Amino acid sequence: MEINILQIVLIVIIASIAGIGSVLDEFQTHRPLVACTLIGLVLGDVKTGIILGGTLEMMALGWMNIGAAMAPDAALASVVSAVLVIAAKQDVSAGIAVAIPIAAAGQVFTIFARTLSVGLQHKADKYAEEGNLKGIDMCHIGGLIIQALRVAIPALIVSLISPQAVNAMLSAIPEVITRGLQVAGGFIVVVGYAMVMNMMQAKYLMPFFFLGFVIACFTNFNLVALGVLGTIFAILYIQLNPKYSTASATGDIDDLDDL
Amino acid sequence: MSEKKLTKKDLTSMFIRSNFHQGSWNFERMQALGYCFSMIPVIKRLYEGEERKKALKRHLEFFNTQPFVTAPILGVTAAMEEEKANGAAIDDGSINGVKIGLMGPLAGVGDPIFWGTLRPVLAALGASLAMNGSILGPIIFFLLFNAVRLGIRWYGIKYGYEKGTEIITDMGGNKLQKLTEGASILGLFVMGALVAKWTNLNIPVEVSRITQQDGKVVVTTVQNILDSLMPGLVPLLLTF
Repeated sequence: MEINILQIVLIVIIASIAGIGSVLDEFQTHRPLVACTLIGLVLGDVKTGIILGGTLEMMALGWMNIGAAMAPDAALASVVSAVLVIAAKQDVSAGIAVAIPIAAAGQVFTIFARTLSVGLQHKADKYAEEGNLKGIDMCHIGGLIIQALRVAIPALIVSLISPQAVNAMLSAIPEVITRGLQVAGGFIVVVGYAMVMNMMQAKYLMPFFFLGFVIACFTNFNLVALGVLGTIFAILYIQLNPKYSTASATGDIDDLDDL
Repeated sequence: MSEKKLTKKDLTSMFIRSNFHQGSWNFERMQALGYCFSMIPVIKRLYEGEERKKALKRHLEFFNTQPFVTAPILGVTAAMEEEKANGAAIDDGSINGVKIGLMGPLAGVGDPIFWGTLRPVLAALGASLAMNGSILGPIIFFLLFNAVRLGIRWYGIKYGYEKGTEIITDMGGNKLQKLTEGASILGLFVMGALVAKWTNLNIPVEVSRITQQDGKVVVTTVQNILDSLMPGLVPLLLTF
């Protein structure tokens, strides 16, 4: 499929929105679910976009920026792999395979962009000395533009290469690597969960993790049912936990002791 | 001297700006510039001249937390700035002290709730619909997530502003701890379920035999044997 000029312009716009979404982490426009769907819409194959988005999203569930740690970049991975899958008529699993190295590349780009933004921070300091509100606004918006470009430029390059060339490039990747990357895709999800669990610092609550695992393994409950179950367990735990029911009583005693 | 008061418009403007909180995230002071960006309507209303410059610098100090829980912090600091502008004895240090003091515990609440629970659950729900090609998947994810997020931002700013410094004493109660612990349980439970339900789909594992017929793969793998023992055992072990 040839990509026409209008489509290229729209892809660049979507890529910019995804890039902005990725740094803000507010609107979630960088999530594969949203970005792949939008690219699908532009390229005239929404369905493939949605399916790819859903599949990538499952893989990227654990990709999140916490503190100063940068996760693999969902924005660039979603945009580029959606363009490749739809324009070069690859199947979804090929899109998944290319998404992982692209996400790693995107991670490098975002670290670079966030280092560039240090300059804007210093510029803002200078404007603060002058009491220049507009200047500070511009610095902040400058940061957004950098993030938009870091996804838009690679997306533009990929769209400009002809689908044939992209096809050739993709088929040049030996099967061992693509298969390995698919396996790695599975690993990455699990690593994401492990990261979240470490961050929660709640090892004593781990039984609930295993409970969820076992229930999901041996039943056909869907996610809504599991969510309700999880909520019930959470409420029960808090209601029955002696830590909370006696907290006020012991607190009073302590106060008396202090007197 | 007339009392300086923030208008509803200032708070709304702060709310809109706060949606771009992380725009200039950088490795030196992280969300500092974004915080200042959100505070600008307040600073503009309350201060002029030298005081304005000082206020700007005050809010360009290091700041980093989970982005949505910035809302109550913005509200509290807006209330403090208002008091200060009206002559209350609040020094620069105490305003930044409140910011630093709140960002740690609130990130501890926000990260597991929003990144650890809300987004994975909604995204998994959306993705499971999307994998069947339904447009509802992305729409549900996008709308629900943003509805929750905007609600938290809006009411967070309002709550923080109204409660002012009171909110800090509120943190001492175990309400927040209950909420965090409850959310952690839900998050762990759902993650356990997700590991079982989804990740084993992505692991073809050591292949003992493959028969391939026009795109369809019939595979006999170690996975089949493992599955009969306990489905999803490999992903479970991998989590550690």
